Amino acid sequence: MTASASQSFVNVGERTNVTGSAVFRRMITEGRYADAVEVARQQVENGAQVIDVNMDEGMLDGAEAMRTFLNLIAAEPDIARVPVMIDSSKWEVIEAGLKCVQGKCIVNSISMKEGEDIFREQAAKCLSYGAAVVVMAFDEVGQADTKDRKVEICQRAFRILTEDVGFPAEDIIFDPNIFAVATGIEEHNNYAVDFIEAARVIRDTCPGCHISGGLSNVSFSFRGNEPVRRAMHSVFLYHAIPAGMDMGIVNAGQLDIYDDIPAELRERVEDVILNRRADATERLVEIAEGLKGQKGKTAVKDLSWREAPVEKRLEHALVHGITEFIDQDTEEARLKAERPLHVIEGPLMDGMNVVGDLFGAGKMFLPQVVKSARVMKQAVAWLEPYMEEEKQRLGTVDVSNGKVLMATVKGDVHDIGKNIVGVVLACNGYEILDLGVMVPAETILDTAEKENVDVIGLSGLITPSLDEMVYVAAEMQRRGMVQPLLIGGATTSPAHTAVKIDPVIKSAPVVHVTDASRAVGVVSALLSAGEKQGLVEQTRARYERMRESRQGGPPKPRLPIDLAREKALQPDWSAYDRPAPTYSGVRTFEDIDLATLARYIDWTPYFSAWDLAGRYPAILEDDIVGEAATSLWNDTQAMMQQLVGEGWLKPKAVVGFWKANRDGDDIRLETGDVFHTLRQQMEKDNTRPNFAMSDFVAPEGEDWIGGFCVTAGSEVDAIASEFAKKGDDYSSIMVKALADRFAEAMAEYMHEQVRRDLWAYAPDETLSTTDIIAEKYRGIRPAPGYPSQPDHTEKETLFRLLDPENRIGVSLTSSFAMTPAASVSGLYFAHPEAVYFAVGRIEKDQVEDYARRKGWDLRTAERWLAPILNYDPFAA
Amino acid sequence: MTRQERIAALKAAAKERILILDGSWGVMIQRRGLDEADYRGDRFTEAKYPGQMKGNNDILCITRPDIVTDLHNAYFAAGADISETNTFSATIIAQDDYKLDAESVRDINLKGARLGREAADAWTAKEPQKPRFLAGSIGPLNKMLSMSSDVNDPGARSVTFDEVYEAYRQQIQALNEGGVDLYLIETITDTLNCKAAIKAIMDLEAEGMEKLPIWISGTITDRSGRTLSGQTVEAFWNSVRHARPFAIGFNCALGADLMRPHIAALSRVADTLVAAYPNAGLPNEMGQYDEQPEQTSGAVGGWAQDGLVNILGGCCGTTPEHIAAIAKAVEGVKPRDPAPEKHTMRLAGLEPFEVAS
Repeated sequence: MTASASQSFVNVGERTNVTGSAVFRRMITEGRYADAVEVARQQVENGAQVIDVNMDEGMLDGAEAMRTFLNLIAAEPDIARVPVMIDSSKWEVIEAGLKCVQGKCIVNSISMKEGEDIFREQAAKCLSYGAAVVVMAFDEVGQADTKDRKVEICQRAFRILTEDVGFPAEDIIFDPNIFAVATGIEEHNNYAVDFIEAARVIRDTCPGCHISGGLSNVSFSFRGNEPVRRAMHSVFLYHAIPAGMDMGIVNAGQLDIYDDIPAELRERVEDVILNRRADATERLVEIAEGLKGQKGKTAVKDLSWREAPVEKRLEHALVHGITEFIDQDTEEARLKAERPLHVIEGPLMDGMNVVGDLFGAGKMFLPQVVKSARVMKQAVAWLEPYMEEEKQRLGTVDVSNGKVLMATVKGDVHDIGKNIVGVVLACNGYEILDLGVMVPAETILDTAEKENVDVIGLSGLITPSLDEMVYVAAEMQRRGMVQPLLIGGATTSPAHTAVKIDPVIKSAPVVHVTDASRAVGVVSALLSAGEKQGLVEQTRARYERMRESRQGGPPKPRLPIDLAREKALQPDWSAYDRPAPTYSGVRTFEDIDLATLARYIDWTPYFSAWDLAGRYPAILEDDIVGEAATSLWNDTQAMMQQLVGEGWLKPKAVVGFWKANRDGDDIRLETGDVFHTLRQQMEKDNTRPNFAMSDFVAPEGEDWIGGFCVTAGSEVDAIASEFAKKGDDYSSIMVKALADRFAEAMAEYMHEQVRRDLWAYAPDETLSTTDIIAEKYRGIRPAPGYPSQPDHTEKETLFRLLDPENRIGVSLTSSFAMTPAASVSGLYFAHPEAVYFAVGRIEKDQVEDYARRKGWDLRTAERWLAPILNYDPFAA
Repeated sequence: MTRQERIAALKAAAKERILILDGSWGVMIQRRGLDEADYRGDRFTEAKYPGQMKGNNDILCITRPDIVTDLHNAYFAAGADISETNTFSATIIAQDDYKLDAESVRDINLKGARLGREAADAWTAKEPQKPRFLAGSIGPLNKMLSMSSDVNDPGARSVTFDEVYEAYRQQIQALNEGGVDLYLIETITDTLNCKAAIKAIMDLEAEGMEKLPIWISGTITDRSGRTLSGQTVEAFWNSVRHARPFAIGFNCALGADLMRPHIAALSRVADTLVAAYPNAGLPNEMGQYDEQPEQTSGAVGGWAQDGLVNILGGCCGTTPEHIAAIAKAVEGVKPRDPAPEKHTMRLAGLEPFEVAS
């Protein structure tokens, strides 16, 4: 678990703040700057990703103190590593700070408190100093307290910043004010809810922005009662983060793990934070007194966990970041274990998995995870001399057939195929070094060199991953690496490997592997002195032939885009009764019955995920794979029962509808957003139109478009890793493959809901599952990245409109893959003549036009549309 | 052509081919064997400007304009698209070493820009199919804003942000007035100094000065892959991105072989043109650069082939022969595609920190 594992919540350190820390204030007022620098260092070591520096103290020359302190920490590489947040209510102090920081920092804060003119002026200065800004929800009237005021002020500020000042939206952080709750004053009871609700709307309506807040305010009325304050902070974050709060001024030591809060306390805190009952405050105060004696967790030192068996103690130490007993516990585990390595692979990894699960579920936060990692390191360090000694004693104990590094490349989150290959290779005696998903090239290659691996395997499912693989190969060439490179994953192909990857790397052989079963043969040949050369030469020759034949063939004839447009589908709009959906805007759908969804599953792709080819149900009787398929089917049904019965998945959906009209090959929405579509340019006979998706929307008058995103939920990852942890990779992969199926089923199910109830243009539709899978219904749901719209970047618009990130926890990676991976998104078209089609290859005239519409330059367009270009963009 | 037409031509040319910047001025001036009198001319008498003037290459813009013009011509003739003004150290802070007054410093920049303008225009008139451009050289200072000036006091600084800002502001104004086509903030050892120059440009433009493209060129000082002030490549990029530069890159300190990984790293993240002008290898024990033109051009030609760069040139130790070899090596090679624009908050300390929206 590394820092980059989640930047969904940025933890800003608050200890170097004279208004928040009495200790720090004393250091500064007494001029003890060396001590103050140590506070900053400790914060960064404890996981602060940004450090807040505040010198607003009446007795101080704030500007001078800011300058002195920032200059001092600039000289400390351990501290200067992270960005600074310059925090002051006085502009002159902020500006003094801006003049000391070489990196890109954050100004905290500016606001419209003194009117728009001063706000504009200060924002422009922040821009010219190159800083991001925190904007407080504060205007001429005062600080915003209600949801509506928070939203209104932030929206106004956003308009001014982005439209008048030219401030990049992504560098704007709103602080919609966290105020104290449970103060005894009734008007304050809803303050936390106001913040959370406002955060949601602001993220929705100010695309690109961030939300931050000072966490300790919320618990102000429980000053001196650390256990209650910590619980309030954790519960607040637990609800605010999903609403869009992605940054906060947080004392990592003042947080509890959500699940660790005693149930009674948690419930009462939750009542207060969410304002769930009129007597919430009294009920919290009631039990708060009893907790008050315990002054913080460290002071209490509940040592009851020391009674547990050693494995549980190690887990506890990892989860809670306690290093105090780790050496003695590790030693005890070592004496119990057969080999020192088993302690790492067993209890320590188990503990780290618990940490991973809690973190993944939003129940632990990054600083705590950093602490866990430190505990882990210490334990491993304790074992290292013993492992070294064992190596000396036994000579080489390496029984592995070879070491294979596997990774899903940067920007991609899909890993089922990779995991399958990993398991298959492991079964054949290869040591697998799995770096997981979204792995940058540098990490892959550095690790390969450091670990001295024998083979590197890259995996990816979405088209942008192909580029990333080319980059990895080019980097291997540059570094002169000689390990064979295996390429696999759904969008990869022998052709792409031959044409794009193989030519950039001469230092090592590249082999495309179509499926897991072949991986063993290929790897064993590559690692066998006798077979390697033959395989490499054969492959090289095959790729050479593929390149030649590709270059030789003339590009297929294409229509000029103007002509293709003349051949657009032209429905008779006057004869079409344009149905209006039952609502406009976006709605979230949760709590969907898994048993119902299971009926919508298309099983054929499930079998192909396991490399079993054939249509379901015929595949069960298949001569070749029938037996394997049936056995898999039985195991799958057993898991399905458990999965549905115990509710392993929490599928969710967002569905939106907007008024829209066709504008050429674009679809223009009432919101001002535009979906860009691509038109077929192949030559067809006169009876068949050259489609673009925009053809399915009326050019004028009222018409509608829909959009959706569904997910099987992120819970599956925890379950899969639970299996993997127990060494049950079979079930681990199975549950992930099932989650993919549930995501697809969910997409089908929601589409039916849309047709019958939500858009309701086919209220009487009754179709069987088979008919649904065969798409025998009116309307389509094409997805960006698929043949009808091969441009993945269109997801950005869809996600801006739907906000699945905050609503159902689905976000986009840098390559526009959805994460969690078991998610589906797309558009809805209702017109009876709307059909799925493949855009096919397109010509430069359309690419140029598309680039203009997207606001791209030609190169960018060619990059994203690379798989469908009918010409070589690199030809002179 | 008006200046805005030239800028449009520059941007158009950058889309079509890899642009070539000129090479070292220091080594070429050294070859002339000038003496104290050459540097002083009539204007800078010892009575008024005591101490040594020899070595103040920038002052030659005033005292030996013939040499400056010669060098512009030599590099344009070698195939450079862009030549730099001879104003690398023409700020009141750097010229304080020679006790120059603000007016003389302004004159160096004005004169330097005019000499370069004349040379570039003459070449454009002669070869209209290949217009030549003039970059106003804005060099580093001998005083840094992020580094302590006193080993015993890490908080000490020998200069303030406002002083650096003012020094660059005066230089930028004079270069603009003298007719440069773009600014080249180069050999950046301290990002905060560079940010002061960027702010000066942005402020002057907000006050109505004609807007020109900005090229920002940092210096990675050693194999650690960091700037002298300690930033990684990506942190450096994040810290200057707000200038919306026409080009970003590195120059000096390293030869082509050692510079490559840093250019590659920049090339991956920068949504604008990438430029590189390395030294002719590392200096030998005599402080001289031995790398031959074909060695330099071989290395940077490889970068071009790999699609890493848009602009190439030479820094310390390179000569018109090096530039001619580089120009030849990249002729007809496609320039790099800028990385796609990414809308995430990209913060930096010494290391980058990205927050997805």
